[in-house]
Amino acid sequence: MIAEAGLAALWMAAAFAVIQLALGVGAARGGSDDLMLALRRIALVQGVLAMLAFGLLVMLFVQSDMSVLLVATNSHSAKPLIYKIAGAWGNHEGSMLLWVTVLAMAGAGVALFERRLALKTLAATLGAQAFIGLGFYAFLAFASNPFVRLNPAAPEGQGLNPLLQDPGLAFHPPTLYFGYVGLSIAFSFAVGALIMRDVGPAFARAMRPWVLAAWIFLTIGITAGSYWAYYELGWGGWWFWDPVENASLMPWLAATALLHSVTVLATRDGLRAWTLMLALVAFAMSMIGTFLVRSGILVSVHAFAVDPTRGSFILALLGIYIGGALALFGARVGTVTQGSTFRIVSREGALVLNNLLLTVILGLVFIGTLYPLVAQAVGVQLSIGAPFFNKTIAPIALVLALATAVGPLLNWRRDVLDTLARKLLVPAALGGIGFAVFLALNPRAPVIALIGIGVAIFLGVASMLPLVRRKLRRTPLHIWGMVIAHVGVAVCIGGVSADVAYKTERLTAMAVGQKAAVGPFTVELVEVRPALGPNWSAVEARLKVTRGSSKPFEMFPQQRFFSAPPTNTSEAAITTVLDGQLYTVLGVGDAEGRWQLRLWWKPFITLIWLGGALIALGGLLALIGRVLRERRTADQESYA
Amino acid sequence: MKRLLLWLPLAFFAAVLALVASGLIKPADRAIHSALIDKPLPEIDLPPLLADKPGIKGGFGGKPRLVNVFASWCLPCIAEAKQLMKLKEMGVEIDGVATADTTPAMQAFLAQNGDPYARIGDDRNRKVQFSLGSAGVPETFVIDGRGRIVMQHIGDVREEHLPELLAALEAAK
Repeated sequence: MIAEAGLAALWMAAAFAVIQLALGVGAARGGSDDLMLALRRIALVQGVLAMLAFGLLVMLFVQSDMSVLLVATNSHSAKPLIYKIAGAWGNHEGSMLLWVTVLAMAGAGVALFERRLALKTLAATLGAQAFIGLGFYAFLAFASNPFVRLNPAAPEGQGLNPLLQDPGLAFHPPTLYFGYVGLSIAFSFAVGALIMRDVGPAFARAMRPWVLAAWIFLTIGITAGSYWAYYELGWGGWWFWDPVENASLMPWLAATALLHSVTVLATRDGLRAWTLMLALVAFAMSMIGTFLVRSGILVSVHAFAVDPTRGSFILALLGIYIGGALALFGARVGTVTQGSTFRIVSREGALVLNNLLLTVILGLVFIGTLYPLVAQAVGVQLSIGAPFFNKTIAPIALVLALATAVGPLLNWRRDVLDTLARKLLVPAALGGIGFAVFLALNPRAPVIALIGIGVAIFLGVASMLPLVRRKLRRTPLHIWGMVIAHVGVAVCIGGVSADVAYKTERLTAMAVGQKAAVGPFTVELVEVRPALGPNWSAVEARLKVTRGSSKPFEMFPQQRFFSAPPTNTSEAAITTVLDGQLYTVLGVGDAEGRWQLRLWWKPFITLIWLGGALIALGGLLALIGRVLRERRTADQESYA
Repeated sequence: MKRLLLWLPLAFFAAVLALVASGLIKPADRAIHSALIDKPLPEIDLPPLLADKPGIKGGFGGKPRLVNVFASWCLPCIAEAKQLMKLKEMGVEIDGVATADTTPAMQAFLAQNGDPYARIGDDRNRKVQFSLGSAGVPETFVIDGRGRIVMQHIGDVREEHLPELLAALEAAK
């Protein structure tokens, strides 16, 4: 019954999306207040119905209802509860339902909270959101129904890929989806604004919090995903330039650019067409990324099964939505009047530079991700690996970091280079000294990494300058947000550079009692013993690790064997110390009782994710600050 | 001109869409093909790892040979040692590229598993391994009489692979 109820809820949500679209069109053409009110409520109901459908799917997984095909193929009754729940979105159909649910929730959120946007634009926005939803409801209903029954029911499920059986999975995909699909709001806002020819500071101020919220989720999702891959895959890397990672990075890059350009639009009424374009591109990248990869068109470790029907369906939807929006852009944006202009040396100028650099990086990631498809179309098989991305993107990212340091120090409209140079004297000197010191300490390290360290110091110090000569307690929250986010970028760059410059790796085959050195540590294999978990068994190595004269500690890397489905995974053991992480992976044993051990010493690598967390925290502070400020001004206006 | 520019994103997207559609019609070939087949062997100049065995410097051409990328720390290499010994007994000359290895570890390995190698080169920093386009150990390359790579075998050599390797060696004369 639950499966049928879920399907019914899905169809009803689709029906409400039809009504929402119709009412949206009506209200945008000049409907009454009643129509507007009805539109808001319909959007709300659509969101609730989608959430209901998704909730019912989760319930099926919790109950391990093996008469449902999706549950039988992706779950197992012996799994811990949290992975039963997470299993609901650890597969194609479930993840698509989650996607649509977030889309409907985003629409409901706009209907519920958006009070600043011009009513007609809001109506067009909600209509656009419903129109997007409809296509994906159709996709779910006709090409990937999660509620299909299995008759007769399976006696037991096939289990969930053990790599996905990790607390990370429970939070990572939903967080990313909130980010991806949250950007649909920016997309719908832009479509609404294009239809109503209503682009200006008020529109930008209305859009900004939604973009910020989606961007925060994306930032958290990417950071957490990176750490998850780092400790779960056991490869010691934290970013692999896999198509799926790129798929999450591209919308983030576009959203980051959008976040900055929307500020120009809100504050100075400039960059109108560009901001609209970015709003379209950000969500287009979300859709292209999610679907290209999930459909298996691009080869990726994250791809679910290839299915030409689904692939064509998705392609058609992408064509309609992205193609339609870009056509609307081409036809309408010419009639959007130009906003105000500015000098090159100004806050706007720096933000334009930031936007251009972000766009170039986005373009490179896009080309690198799709190039194998181009090659395949002309009959060559190749894949583009990390070297391409690292070589092309690292230098641009460092220039971008320099621009990030400069931007907040400039005045709007126009500024003078002399004062800027004076302000940057201290950070530049510190960055230069940092570079020189590290170069002297380790002249053989890759120079790009040493430059990275210098840039990180420069950016970190320069980012705090906006707080100088301010009363800290009266500094607006969004300034704090910007400062913290920019410091986060610096911290992240520092972590990446330290990892590139100073990580050491050791691959050994050790017998019990033997020792190996890695970085400042000596690792002794004390014993190898069996270990048991709820649905796995493992061999576990006990490592005794000493560093100089300090107290030794123990680490326990494992080789796990899951029975359903039968799979081996390596569980890396990671010890975090103040200046980095020691990362150990247990491999297979040989006949003579030697065990493969992979040891990495990664100085300061934790800074990468600390930086990511700071960036997200900065975003959150900015969001709170903006929303509070909007509310205050709204109150003042209503009292006036 | 500016009007045209505004339609550029749409045109670009249409091209991407066409590209993806082509990818959908022609699914990706996921097999690994060596890019170096029928190409001359990259120059190999490796110092000896062991005192009593020469390193690898040139010497390709004439009689077909095998180049085996291996390591003492690699467990599948132990499994394939037996097959390599068989090949040696059949008169096949094998050069070993010792990947990220040390002299004592290699001595122990050879004492334990037999020594099928005519020469062993010390590829400590994996330069030669990478220049051969080898992603892991073990991998085995068949080099023909003109010093060209005619076959790349990825993974350990098992009994069932021997006919294929011998055929390639025969054809490469």
